[in-house]
Amino acid sequence: MKSNWPLWEVFIRSRQGLNHKHVGSLHAADADMAIENARDVYTRRMEGVSIWVVESKDITASNPDKQDELFDPAEDKVYRHPTFYDLPDEIKHM
Amino acid sequence: MTTASLEAKFQEKVDQEVKIEPRDWMPDAYRKTLVRQISQHAHSEIIGMLPEGNWITRAPSLRRKLGLLAKVQDEAGHGLYLYSACETLGVEREDLFEQLNEGTAKYSSIFNYPTLTWADIGSIGWLVDGAAIMNQVPLCRCSYGPYARAMVRVCKEESFHQRQGFEILLTLSKGTDEQKAMLQESVNRWWWPSLMMFGPNDAESPNSAKSMKWKIKRFTNDDLRQKFVDVCYEQAKLLNVTLPDPDLKWNEERGHFDFGPIDWSEFWDVVKGNGPCNSQRLAARNKAHAEGEWVREAAIAFAEKNKQRNIAKAS
Repeated sequence: MKSNWPLWEVFIRSRQGLNHKHVGSLHAADADMAIENARDVYTRRMEGVSIWVVESKDITASNPDKQDELFDPAEDKVYRHPTFYDLPDEIKHM
Repeated sequence: MTTASLEAKFQEKVDQEVKIEPRDWMPDAYRKTLVRQISQHAHSEIIGMLPEGNWITRAPSLRRKLGLLAKVQDEAGHGLYLYSACETLGVEREDLFEQLNEGTAKYSSIFNYPTLTWADIGSIGWLVDGAAIMNQVPLCRCSYGPYARAMVRVCKEESFHQRQGFEILLTLSKGTDEQKAMLQESVNRWWWPSLMMFGPNDAESPNSAKSMKWKIKRFTNDDLRQKFVDVCYEQAKLLNVTLPDPDLKWNEERGHFDFGPIDWSEFWDVVKGNGPCNSQRLAARNKAHAEGEWVREAAIAFAEKNKQRNIAKAS
């Protein structure tokens, strides 16, 4: 019999003040085991202070083929950037 | 879009050093090549634990035992990073295990050689891991994102492996006559198989060109092998060992060391399964997998029971 453990995605906060970052995946029977395995696989040299795990099947991802349509609303909105606005030369920092 | 135009767009991305990510369109042959290469690489890490594990209980001091244990644990970790990268290409881990256990998948032939003496643990670190690093550093820039990221982690950890090996050999080189002889004998056995780790000569390596075009590979087998020989020559002097090649000498014109011909019949023999330890390695792997079966099943049963309990509690 094949006893496949589900696949989990692992996110690690490398130190306080930084956000959790995806580092890879692993197999585990449940969430507790996924955390323990993540500790052994991804933090053998103190690479983390906090671990998140989520089952891979629970992640919804955007479709890379539709990347252009998805992101194009932001493409023509230069006025969202500070450099769009003219300031007199006298102002050095704003 | 037609396949041809998709392929052109893909190649354009690769040429511009834009990484390919799991759900991006990629040619079937690119996917297949990666699955083969990454899974073979993962299998090599897993099988690579066996020759070294052989010496954990017999390490000559606590310091050496700690180092070797940590190293073998890293190899397991590297195997897991790589299986995880491979799975992003749409294959199942269980299928990869099956291919390894049934002997239909390959792993690096170097692990089919035996570790007869303690010096072999040093030689594996110095030469085998040294050759592996030479191969792996360029893979950190591989066009496939998950593989490249896994390799960054692997390479960071691998340098400790080579240093611990070199330290073992350096200690032997300053030891008794018997220890010095053990060192030389070990290097004699590991030198040529280490050179074979870079794979066949470029002329005999038909897939290389495609892998270079796809930026999976950055350097040819022969280029990397030459780089390795050049580096090892100086290091061997520090160990007071002779590399077992009468043709090894500096070539002023090429700016590299010349070295003797490699016995490729031995290489292909080991690849085909007739190396000194092929059957032993596969048997050990199959035994471990079979003996772990009840653990994997019990963990699933336990997880299932807890899930039911939590549902009952919530209602």
